[in-house]
Amino acid sequence: MSSIEVNGKSFEVDEEGYLANLNEWEPAIGAAMAAAEDQPLSDEHWDIINFLREYYEEYQIAPAVRVLTKAVGKRLGKDKGNSKYLYELFPYGPGKQACKYAGLPKPTGCV
Amino acid sequence: MAKVDYVIPETHEFPIIPSVMEGAMAHSSPFIAGEEFQTDMGFPSGEDKGLVDDWKNIFLAQLKEKLSKYRSLLVFMDTCVKCGACTDKCHYFIGTADPKNMPVARQDLLRKVYRRYFTFAGKWFPKLVGAIDLTEEAIKDMYDYYHQCSECRRCAVFCPFGIDTAEVTMAARDMLAHIGMGQKYSNQIIPKVHKIGNNLGLPEPALIDTLEGLEEEVEEDINVKVRFPLDEKGAEILLVTPSADFFAEPHIDGLIGYAKVFHAAGVTWTMSSKASEAANFGLFIGNYEHMREISLRIRDAAKDLGVKRIIFGECGHAWRVAYNHLNTLAGPWDFLDQNYPIPQHILEFTKDCLDRNILNIDKTENDHMTLTFHDSCNIARASRIGDTPGSQFTTPRQVIKAVCNNFHDMSADTINDQTFCCGGGGGLLTDDLMELRIKGALPRMEALKNVSKDYGVTHMAAICAICKSQFTKVLPYYGMTMDQIVSVHQLVSNAIILDGQGEEADDSDDAEAAA
Repeated sequence: MSSIEVNGKSFEVDEEGYLANLNEWEPAIGAAMAAAEDQPLSDEHWDIINFLREYYEEYQIAPAVRVLTKAVGKRLGKDKGNSKYLYELFPYGPGKQACKYAGLPKPTGCV
Repeated sequence: MAKVDYVIPETHEFPIIPSVMEGAMAHSSPFIAGEEFQTDMGFPSGEDKGLVDDWKNIFLAQLKEKLSKYRSLLVFMDTCVKCGACTDKCHYFIGTADPKNMPVARQDLLRKVYRRYFTFAGKWFPKLVGAIDLTEEAIKDMYDYYHQCSECRRCAVFCPFGIDTAEVTMAARDMLAHIGMGQKYSNQIIPKVHKIGNNLGLPEPALIDTLEGLEEEVEEDINVKVRFPLDEKGAEILLVTPSADFFAEPHIDGLIGYAKVFHAAGVTWTMSSKASEAANFGLFIGNYEHMREISLRIRDAAKDLGVKRIIFGECGHAWRVAYNHLNTLAGPWDFLDQNYPIPQHILEFTKDCLDRNILNIDKTENDHMTLTFHDSCNIARASRIGDTPGSQFTTPRQVIKAVCNNFHDMSADTINDQTFCCGGGGGLLTDDLMELRIKGALPRMEALKNVSKDYGVTHMAAICAICKSQFTKVLPYYGMTMDQIVSVHQLVSNAIILDGQGEEADDSDDAEAAA
């Protein structure tokens, strides 16, 4: 397994750079992953990342796209409660890119 | 859209057969499943994702067994006369120009080994008949190029002998898995189906939460309470649908469409948390035991819930497995109502409702789009929807035309039984194969661009979860937008007017349109 260095500590990641042990996650890891992909993280990005972590903690899975857009709509206003807005924030796809920064496993299947 | 360091193929007014580029995709190799996934699957693993000890004997023993068990494989190994009819028919060859992506060359990766160990001429005069020893290099080639085949069967349509590369690929992948070379993507997913019930690993509480959210969303939208029932005993119909329908766009709009049709038809239905997945990746990896185990969940769910009918949602290969094999894998289905097809496709159900005129349809709701239809390979070339020859082509189009005013087909050599794979089917819908997926989408993207230019097509409808996800990802690389791919039942959902669909709904629609 490969690993990434954050603040002098080493964390295991899988082939695609997803954190191997989600309990090890800390915001600095998400920030380092984003920096490595030239992805600046604003407060809006962190809002999504934090929501993903909360949802995962409760349900052991990342939220479905409509669950996510609905939650974003409630928090940030209805005009932002759509996948277009999420793709603007996370151009690689909110499900995969945001999950990665949040330390969650990649959603699998036909998605 | 992620940045990529390879060239996106150009589309043209007419298809161009590329000049061969030896080794163009030799670097394309999906992640090998690690020990954790191989073990979950009951497959062995070697050190550091390498081959297991005694790999050669295991592989040859597997091949021997498959040749005796599957007569088709033996015939396909023996029959090819190198006529060349298949060479330019594979979307991966057209998109990558790698000669090993010509179907005949792909088959030959295994055929050469077969000849060496299983034919008289190959045993004694290997060079004369193109037979090769089973080496690590041969295994590597098989792993790489049997994961550049989406098992779509287009080549088999053009082969004068009907040699089906898909079956060769399936056999090869299964043998590879047995010597430590399983593919991570599929082997990570199948255990989730066994343990949790679906490819995503979506646990029951999350599924409940997602479905409740959908009920609220639909009610807000049209002011009618449309139900999305889960595990309701005594319902008439069990809907088995790909878990992407719960999770992704535009899949979820298709699910809303099924729910509205069931609501309008006045039938009782349910989904199952146990069989919360239609997909059956056992097919992709060519493994009968996993395919069977996945199918048996559906039987268990149907029995537990006491349903009378089973209907499958929009999923290509799920329908291929269900239509062809559900009875032998998980039958007999004598406890279901024999007056209906077992299993039935959601399009058959919807088309029947349309034919009986029990749905209230306003086609103008789809007037902002001009549609075309992407035939999914597994529906088009490996199953049937409806009950007459070719009705797998006509049924989806009849449904689309019944709910949309504007429809144009793509070029004739890219639809129906000649349809091109989306580029992501057969267990290849994974990020580590993105280059292959983008390049393999070329023929479909070209046909879509041309019908858009000539007939003003704005959207392409599909009936397969993989196709929908794949196009969502690759359309932007070809200068189009991800929302140009829609579910067929999304179109039905747009056009159907349910009893009591109220004024408030119209207001909110207008507000959305204005925004």
